[in-house]
Amino acid sequence: MSFLASFKTLKSLGILGMNARNVNYISKYNDRKLYPLVDDKLKTKLLAQRAGINTPKLFFTLSRQHDVAELQERLRGLDAFVLKPSRGSGGKGILVVKSREKDEFIKSNGESVSIEVLMRHVTNILAGLYSLSGTPDVAICEDLIVADSLLKSYSYEGVPDIRIIVFRGYPVMAMLRLATKLSDGKANLHQGAVGVGINLKNAKASHAVMEQSKVIVHPDTKNRLSEIEIANWRELLELACKCYEMTHLGYLGADIVIDQNRGPMLLELNARPGLSIQVANATGLIPRLQEIEKIKEIDPNPTNRIDFVLKQNWF
Amino acid sequence: MIRYTFYFIITALIALACFIAYERHYHTQIPFVPGESKSVWLIEAKVEFYPEKKTPILVSLNIPDKTPGYKLFFEQSSSAGYGFSLVHDETQKRAQWSIREASSKQTLFYKIQIAQEQSDSTSDDFGYLPKQPHIIWTKAEELAKQDLLQKALARSSNDETLTRELIKLFSSVSMQESSSLLLSNKTRVDVINAILNEAGVKSRVAMGLLLEDARRNQSLTPMIEIYHQNKWMLFDAKTARQNIEKDFFLWHRGGSLIEIVGGSNATVSFSMVEQNMPALELAMAHYDDSVFGLFSIHSLPIEEQSIFKMLLLLPMGALITVLMRLLIGIRTSGTFMPVLIAMAFLQTTLIPGLITFIMIVAVGLMIRSYLSHLNLLLVSRIATTIIIVIFIIVTASIVGHNLGFNTGMTVAVFPIIILAWTIERMSILWEEDGAKEVLIQGFGSLFVATIAYLVMQSTLVGHLSFNFPELNLIVLALMMLMGRYTGYRLFELYRFREFGDN
Repeated sequence: MSFLASFKTLKSLGILGMNARNVNYISKYNDRKLYPLVDDKLKTKLLAQRAGINTPKLFFTLSRQHDVAELQERLRGLDAFVLKPSRGSGGKGILVVKSREKDEFIKSNGESVSIEVLMRHVTNILAGLYSLSGTPDVAICEDLIVADSLLKSYSYEGVPDIRIIVFRGYPVMAMLRLATKLSDGKANLHQGAVGVGINLKNAKASHAVMEQSKVIVHPDTKNRLSEIEIANWRELLELACKCYEMTHLGYLGADIVIDQNRGPMLLELNARPGLSIQVANATGLIPRLQEIEKIKEIDPNPTNRIDFVLKQNWF
Repeated sequence: MIRYTFYFIITALIALACFIAYERHYHTQIPFVPGESKSVWLIEAKVEFYPEKKTPILVSLNIPDKTPGYKLFFEQSSSAGYGFSLVHDETQKRAQWSIREASSKQTLFYKIQIAQEQSDSTSDDFGYLPKQPHIIWTKAEELAKQDLLQKALARSSNDETLTRELIKLFSSVSMQESSSLLLSNKTRVDVINAILNEAGVKSRVAMGLLLEDARRNQSLTPMIEIYHQNKWMLFDAKTARQNIEKDFFLWHRGGSLIEIVGGSNATVSFSMVEQNMPALELAMAHYDDSVFGLFSIHSLPIEEQSIFKMLLLLPMGALITVLMRLLIGIRTSGTFMPVLIAMAFLQTTLIPGLITFIMIVAVGLMIRSYLSHLNLLLVSRIATTIIIVIFIIVTASIVGHNLGFNTGMTVAVFPIIILAWTIERMSILWEEDGAKEVLIQGFGSLFVATIAYLVMQSTLVGHLSFNFPELNLIVLALMMLMGRYTGYRLFELYRFREFGDN
């Protein structure tokens, strides 16, 4: 692998750069006043519920410091849950409790913590430690997702999630993100997670990268990544496409998880989805985005939009 | 359409900036490059006289008022014990010294500094025509005069050529008879002036100095000045040379050079020296009379000026940050934190600044890591960090001072709130993304700050941004232009290196 790609190569492959993404897509297709809908996970969740889109079950929210004292009371009867900031970014401040042992809570990485640690975490969330500009935030407590056993076997801890880029309501690229030991159970590529490009047509893995380099097997679980095939793919695509009607954001990234019992669920939306998905798919976004840009009238039916995309010769 | 408007605005901004800068340069003569120097003349008039006993003395010296081709920007008189004032009237400007009584030979000095000017605007207005001295001519002289004038008229077509020809005739061998008759008891200039006046030419005698470096005991040289085509023109009365403003400084027109009451044997002698002066200083000394003087930062009190000196550098620093982030793709902690750090470096200089910055942040991070165990609310934690930063700075200053580093004091210029936020952000970054990310962003910020510092401390950038604030419009245009840059960032070539093989 060469140390640097040339401007020309990237351009000819239609790789979308940060500046082009910001100027040509985000600022052009995403109305700024819509950002709060996706930056605030609580809002996204409520919006999704109204639109009939599946999301992890909301247990309760905490918005004031003195509510924190009630945390123990509110958690009564909940064995597995996730505590997260409503306006966190990049997976920051997400605390996953998978089970309880007497008074101790067992985190997803096996560490056991006391209620005080959870209370401090909530306090930090409320104070805005994880929110984008340090503004006061709301803490969300929601149901823990039981990862689909097949996908789960590929991931090291954490829940694998599927990122689908939806442009003007049309799905254009997808990637499965698998946590690794290096990424500390998080599914962010820049933290060391594995990104697996998923072919939109057949739901099969096309390419996989970790730390910007091609990988064949998962570094921790040693499973061959090329064997991955996502079940209920069509359902996932439809869920992602519906997010366009739900938010009216022209360029968005939908993060979808597959729950063992409840099927595909929308985890969160992103108005500024990253560019690594191109590396995971070994393909540039620009040709696909330009194809979608040619469409004059957006088909109001998500199913038709998916059919349109699957007819393209992108794959 | 939006695209065209955008590029139109960009072009307009750049054109406007260039236009204003050029106009400012032209009118105030502030140089575009720092360190440029111009030659100025320091001229000293020395008045010597013998006072009469027990009489009040009033000395009045005719001094330059309108000085075509030159700009007078400094004048001073030195004369112990004398009262001094400048008196203007319609036709002349005079320096007056007064004293109740004096004994023995007295010496008074009057000094001016002049610099050559590009424009000759001052010679445009007609001004006045001095009353012509009444000269009584003898019959023979009258004839000689007529002879010369007829010859000169025959050879000329207008006032300008007439004057030139007349002066030449006075030097020619063929007319020696007539001219020597006329010049036997009168000066050449007076005669030529009189003839020209009789011929209907508006002429006057101007007294000036021939500028030659390091001359002493010089006296004024008379010249002929005629009004032609709405302009006064100077002629050397000996050679008929024109356009002599370059080395001829006009001291006065008409009136006597020196008048004295209560003294005698007054003499005036001039000495002059050519000096080099920074062009900027020179421009500053006479910026007052143009629009640009009024709308210049130099018109503010010095204290405010130094604030603006810093402020006007900010756009350049911001431009560097924009460049580094959008074109190169360097990650920094906080968007414009590097610029503020660079501003602090401007006062601490680079190496001490870098050392102090790293030290403050490192110590701050250590203390902050302890704070995270205390489970404080965010606001109070930041406030605590601010106070810790202040303490670190105070300690560093005291230690630095006691160790004899004079940088100690300047440490205080670091933006405390920014430092506190930097520490807070880096500490969170450390906890969440690990030390690697902290180092990447930390060094990214310092790198950008260093580049911004190096650019901002360059004398050329400092000079241009302060003296030509409008040039910041170009910086603005460039920034806007970069805001539309949709190409790849340099770091993306590395990020997408896997595609390089295809």
